[in-house]
Amino acid sequence: MELILLLFIFTLSVFLGFELISKVPSQLHTPLMSGSNAISGITIVGALVAAGLEIPLAKWLGFGAVILATINVVGGYLVTDRMLGMFKKKDQ
Amino acid sequence: MLINLIYIAASILFILGIKKLGSADTARSGNLLSAVGMALAVVATLFDRQILDFTWIFAGIAIGAVIGGVWAMRAEMTGMPELVALFNGFGGLASVLVGWAEFGKIQGQGWQKYLAASGGEVPDWFTTLAIALALIIGGITFTGSLIAWAKLSGRMGGAPTLFAGQKPLNLLLMGGILLASIIWVASPQAARAETLLITVVALSLLIGILGVIPIGGGDMPVVISLLNSFSGLAACAAGFVVLNNVLLVAGCLVGASGLILTIIMCKAMNRTLGNVLFGGFGATTGKTGAQVEGEMKALSVQDAYYVLEAANSVVIVPGYGMAVAQAQHACKELGVLLEKNGAEVRYAIHPVAGRMPGHMNVLLAEADVPYEQLCEMDDVNPIMPTVDVAIVIGANDVVNPAAAEDPTSPIYGMPIINVHEARSVFVLKRGQGAGFSGLVNTLFFRDNCRMIYGDAKSTLTSLVSEFE
Repeated sequence: MELILLLFIFTLSVFLGFELISKVPSQLHTPLMSGSNAISGITIVGALVAAGLEIPLAKWLGFGAVILATINVVGGYLVTDRMLGMFKKKDQ
Repeated sequence: MLINLIYIAASILFILGIKKLGSADTARSGNLLSAVGMALAVVATLFDRQILDFTWIFAGIAIGAVIGGVWAMRAEMTGMPELVALFNGFGGLASVLVGWAEFGKIQGQGWQKYLAASGGEVPDWFTTLAIALALIIGGITFTGSLIAWAKLSGRMGGAPTLFAGQKPLNLLLMGGILLASIIWVASPQAARAETLLITVVALSLLIGILGVIPIGGGDMPVVISLLNSFSGLAACAAGFVVLNNVLLVAGCLVGASGLILTIIMCKAMNRTLGNVLFGGFGATTGKTGAQVEGEMKALSVQDAYYVLEAANSVVIVPGYGMAVAQAQHACKELGVLLEKNGAEVRYAIHPVAGRMPGHMNVLLAEADVPYEQLCEMDDVNPIMPTVDVAIVIGANDVVNPAAAEDPTSPIYGMPIINVHEARSVFVLKRGQGAGFSGLVNTLFFRDNCRMIYGDAKSTLTSLVSEFE
């Protein structure tokens, strides 16, 4: 049952993703890309659990994954914010 | 239970965040929302009962946050494409390590205990399949993004690297990885599992390298979009390994958004994805288009100034050359002076100008060009015949009329910005050589086109001082 539930969520999420971003102005393509790139760092959730285990191989691989995913997440969000901060209207 | 509720909240924040990223006014708050979602997901995970030791978790987060933060704050806007490629690669590698770590956990605990912990409802072949997918997609994302990063940052030549037997070799590698995965998934508990895992990782890393080296710099917008999509799918696969909903939802959102961008980029070049990935553009087709008669006419900065001074409407078309020359600030200064002089100034941006989707918009935003002045190709083309001067700064293929007129040209059918319809065209270019794609640009030989040779930034700066 749990498996079917996961596949169900997966399918719906794919459609949701396409619906959400079907029409983005080209001006925002770079921030969208780096912002969604930061979201892909969600793999950190899996990394955290692995790094907290007491199994040597899993722990060290998990530790590496935590570093990499955190770079992805923190760097991705910060750089997107910096970029979006520069998109100004004329009157401001 | 509580952890899962927080994951639902995080998923909602990701969805809202990415929706808001689709509009200029709400984009910044959207990014913030999704960052809050990420923070929630991380905090919730720390309450997982499986976690016994927090030392390495906090150490990892601290190291990663410092590195990521410093890189993000220091990066130049012109270097944005390679930074995004690099971050993307790290995300891919993280998914590989998560998949591998899960394998290590299974080996440490034994399959029986592992499967019992997940409720006993997930078969061993499914977990193995998900691990294999996380390794393959993540591995390709990692090395593919690294090659893209090397090409974009100039550490590696931008030209396609081609060699004899490249396609058969790639097919062989893909066949190999498929075979190894099938053997592995068919009997996950066999003793050879570890060998198969290492084989799969090694092959996917190799495929990532070999898959991206034949793709030229001009096609990079497509490649980074696709790799972006892959990093999401890798996270998705990792979600199926650790049976985690928030990984699935977030991974899917990224996968879908990357794929949409990929399709948009391909359409903007009038090419299929297969053609971009396997075409080895220009190098294998041998088509160079019809020969052009006539000569390129040079113009001095001073003469250009006289024409611009009299112009009522000016369109500036930036390309990758503007990024290379770091000319965005000088470009903006000229735009402001032209406006003061009574001209209407617009910036026309081709969807694939630069090295990543939206590259030019970011640079011009950095130079404080208000975004109302930035026009998309389809909006600016109809008014092109009424434009007095079109200034092309470091763009080439996206303004090549051969794409519209010459059926023998390799870029025939690609939508372009019709600068050749303007009354006069100034092309700022370093030398007479062909552009990145190696194609002859028939625009340069037109009667209404004048070449201003030299570094784009110094040309623009001298134009600015003429006005002052």
